[in-house]
Amino acid sequence: MTDLTKLTLKGALDGLKARDFSSEEITRAFLSNIEAANPTLNAYVEVTADKALDMARASDARLAKGEGGALEGAPLGIKDLFCTDGVQTTAGSNMLKGFVPPYESTVTANLWRDGAVMLGKLNMDEFAMGSSNETSAFGPVVNPWKSKTSNADLTPGGSSGGSASAVAGELCLAATASDTGGSIRQPAAFTGTVGIKPTYGRASRFGMVAFASSLDQAGPITKTVEDAAIFLRSMCSFDPKDSTSLDVETPDWTQALGKGVKGLRIGIPSEYVVDGMPAEQMELWEQGKTWLREAGAEIVDISLPHTKYALPTYYIIAPAEASSNLARYDGMRFGHRAEGAKSLTDLYETSRAEGFGKEVQRRLTIGAYVLSAGFYDAYYVKALKVRRRIAQDFDAVWDRVDAILTPSTPSAAFALGDKQIDPVTMYLNDVFTVTANLAGLPGISVPAGVDSGGLPLGLQVIGKALDEATVFQVADALEQAAGFVAKPEKWW
Amino acid sequence: MSDPVKTIDGRTGPWEIVLGLEVHAQVASKAKLFSGAAVGFGAGPNEQVSLVDAGFPGMLPVLNRFCVEQAVRTGLGLRAKINEKSQFDRKNYFYPDLPTGYQISQLYHPIVGEGVVEVERDDGSFFNVRIERLHLEQDAGKLIHDLSPSESYVDLNRAGTALMEIVSRPDMRSPDEAVAYLKKLRTILIYLGTCDGDMEKGNLRADVNVSVCRPGQYEKYRESGDFGHLGTRCEIKNVNSFRFISQAIGYEARRQIEILEDGGVIDQETRLYDPTAGETRSMRSKEEAHDYRYFPDPDLLPLEIERAWIEEIKASLPELPDDKRRRFMADYGLSQYDAGVLISEQAKADYFEAAAKGRDAKLVSNWVTNEVSARLTADGKDFSDNPLPAAHVAQLVELIETNVISSKIAKEVFDHVWNGEGSPAEVVEKHGLKQVTDTAAIEKAVDEIIAANPDKAAAVAEKPQAIGWFVGQVMKATGGKANPAAVNEILKAKLGL
Repeated sequence: MTDLTKLTLKGALDGLKARDFSSEEITRAFLSNIEAANPTLNAYVEVTADKALDMARASDARLAKGEGGALEGAPLGIKDLFCTDGVQTTAGSNMLKGFVPPYESTVTANLWRDGAVMLGKLNMDEFAMGSSNETSAFGPVVNPWKSKTSNADLTPGGSSGGSASAVAGELCLAATASDTGGSIRQPAAFTGTVGIKPTYGRASRFGMVAFASSLDQAGPITKTVEDAAIFLRSMCSFDPKDSTSLDVETPDWTQALGKGVKGLRIGIPSEYVVDGMPAEQMELWEQGKTWLREAGAEIVDISLPHTKYALPTYYIIAPAEASSNLARYDGMRFGHRAEGAKSLTDLYETSRAEGFGKEVQRRLTIGAYVLSAGFYDAYYVKALKVRRRIAQDFDAVWDRVDAILTPSTPSAAFALGDKQIDPVTMYLNDVFTVTANLAGLPGISVPAGVDSGGLPLGLQVIGKALDEATVFQVADALEQAAGFVAKPEKWW
Repeated sequence: MSDPVKTIDGRTGPWEIVLGLEVHAQVASKAKLFSGAAVGFGAGPNEQVSLVDAGFPGMLPVLNRFCVEQAVRTGLGLRAKINEKSQFDRKNYFYPDLPTGYQISQLYHPIVGEGVVEVERDDGSFFNVRIERLHLEQDAGKLIHDLSPSESYVDLNRAGTALMEIVSRPDMRSPDEAVAYLKKLRTILIYLGTCDGDMEKGNLRADVNVSVCRPGQYEKYRESGDFGHLGTRCEIKNVNSFRFISQAIGYEARRQIEILEDGGVIDQETRLYDPTAGETRSMRSKEEAHDYRYFPDPDLLPLEIERAWIEEIKASLPELPDDKRRRFMADYGLSQYDAGVLISEQAKADYFEAAAKGRDAKLVSNWVTNEVSARLTADGKDFSDNPLPAAHVAQLVELIETNVISSKIAKEVFDHVWNGEGSPAEVVEKHGLKQVTDTAAIEKAVDEIIAANPDKAAAVAEKPQAIGWFVGQVMKATGGKANPAAVNEILKAKLGL
């Protein structure tokens, strides 16, 4: 029998529907992969094997009756930032170790409604703050990919490192992830997987542990563009419990696939270059333009002049919101509580000092600083103004282009420990992805090539608000042209 | 008109008080401002708490439309500008009664802008208090320290309940004016049905801003709008009774004057009033003041209110106290004072109107504001749970108007009616209290008394005031039921006056 874990989501769904194999079989296959790989890759923080098998058997019963939803029987991994009823949810933090929510996030509830099976909860940077998964209280996730030139363990990126590594390492068919500044797209690029962040408001934030409310958005990490189109549709919904949720229809994005890009106008922003960007990444971008041009698209040079302010703007707004969103972790009602505190202030300070890791503390400090009296106007208010300019940059080009093509990241995956010393270098990972968060636009990363070490590189497609269809259409064309079939060699 | 500004004479000359109020009024609503949890008094600890109120991870606020409607209604009642676009901000601070670590409030763009409240002083004169703003915000929970010597408990029932903070300009110049303003505001809120005004339950409470200045300075502030002309203010937090407000202001003003006269300066600070000690105490100084790090709540979109909805709410407003007072004066010919007393409670005004139909309104007003009010107070009730039907008051007044009973007997009738012995007509019948207007019966009594007291009768000729004695005797003889006018007339005739 073929290895069921190598299937795409689409392939597995077809096989399940045709009853070529059962959900229990494929679920067991993944559980066995996880058992073998997780001690090395550290992708899962909790494996819910019993629950998975129960759900799988329930799916099989529905499939036997010819029933079932859009994801019926498909074993998925869930980023540990989505609250799952009765299953520990930690957001990668000591602060929430042992926290078992009595409620379900809307995104995961949608998946269960559609028949998906939960394999477990996936590792992540603490409270989604990080680009390498090294800030997790559960230790870093390891990328299944290794460079040909070194045996060093590589980062799968972050913050959805567990999600990316699990998909690339075939520890689930697909995984939920979340993206505040690039946390879906950067790990997807580092692991040769597809990751899309939809338009802000497409997926409900209810039950998602908040990092930065105005930027956080859920999305999937999958093996193919088609899988992403299928999965994203199940995740999205209008949710009255989230005031920023958009009351719009969720279309069937698979309809956008296979249409080609003939006649589409693709913008190439001159600002998406950074110092020291490897030649391979520049060449891949050129290659992407060529593929799309050859497929009949028109390549248009554009300028998004405020791009250079995006990263500093992001690193004011996101920490500011986080400093307030994370105030609820105070040791009072749930989560970590310090022992032996001598006063109320001592209890707050010690609980938070013990519960939060260094990077979270750094960002909370930055956030409190930029909101404080005397600095609010200079930092936060100014950042909001620049954010508006960044959104206007995009608005100004949409009459000339239908989508925008950029590199996903400045480089391929780096070794764990490499950028720990300097947080600013780490923050640079988000340079191409934060703009879509600041402007609320959909963005996808598609694996399109490899660097000299054989490590995957991604290209990003950014689209108009609510126009995921065009984003999928272009991503599909890139996927076809790139014919990216490389897989990490199984070394674990 | 008396001088509204009460000056305080210090050692170095006269001082004036300047007062502004920040009133927190709990929105009358069945559910909280951002969660579906119930609002109510008397529930067990933490029985009215949702996961949103408790600040659980991933929980998001969803604005309660009814609370917005209540705020708009209140704004309209305060003749204030309704802001079609407003926004919620987070006020960040740590405290165990604040589960999320921030209070959702409206700092930068409140839902209601400037308005005005017309307030009547005790002497019948009026003054205006300008409203600076009204905004919506969440209340916090409650800490309980007295259940255990070593631990504190948190009750989150109140956490997330909707409050309206109504901020006045510094337009009150004496403790009496501050109390009069708060009473008027409370009346308006109760009329509107947007707050029950229950100060004992803490549903209406005030922070009082107190400063003192030399005569003339306040006028300079009003001309220029420059607060620099006024003294440094101290904020007395959470005073929850009219009496305490008056006492706290009195103490605080004297405290400030003493400091200033000793050459000191007033520190801008937050103070608490201790009713037992009768003094205010420093809670935190400006230096210790929290940096609340306000910023727009990213979980909530800006609040946009459609003009049409505002108009709809406007059309549904009840008659407000000021309008009612003017109408009572015009339609019923009542004095400003009487009308003011009646409108101070909506139920009292309604009761009056129900009883006054077709009757002598002044007489009805007197009965309502005197006898009925006094009995209710004595029984610990008010007009909203008044056991006496308005029709009984109407009938009682009718009996007086038609000379069936005298005003004096009416009081006796009222006693019986209040005790539940039936309608005034039934009581009069049952107890035989009908006024004697039969002149023959009165004449008979007069004749007998004159005959029995010839000396007194003779004396009256020289001293006509002495007729009072005869009136008393006749009334006594008739059991008080004789018509006093008829008695007088007959006596005068018989005594030759």
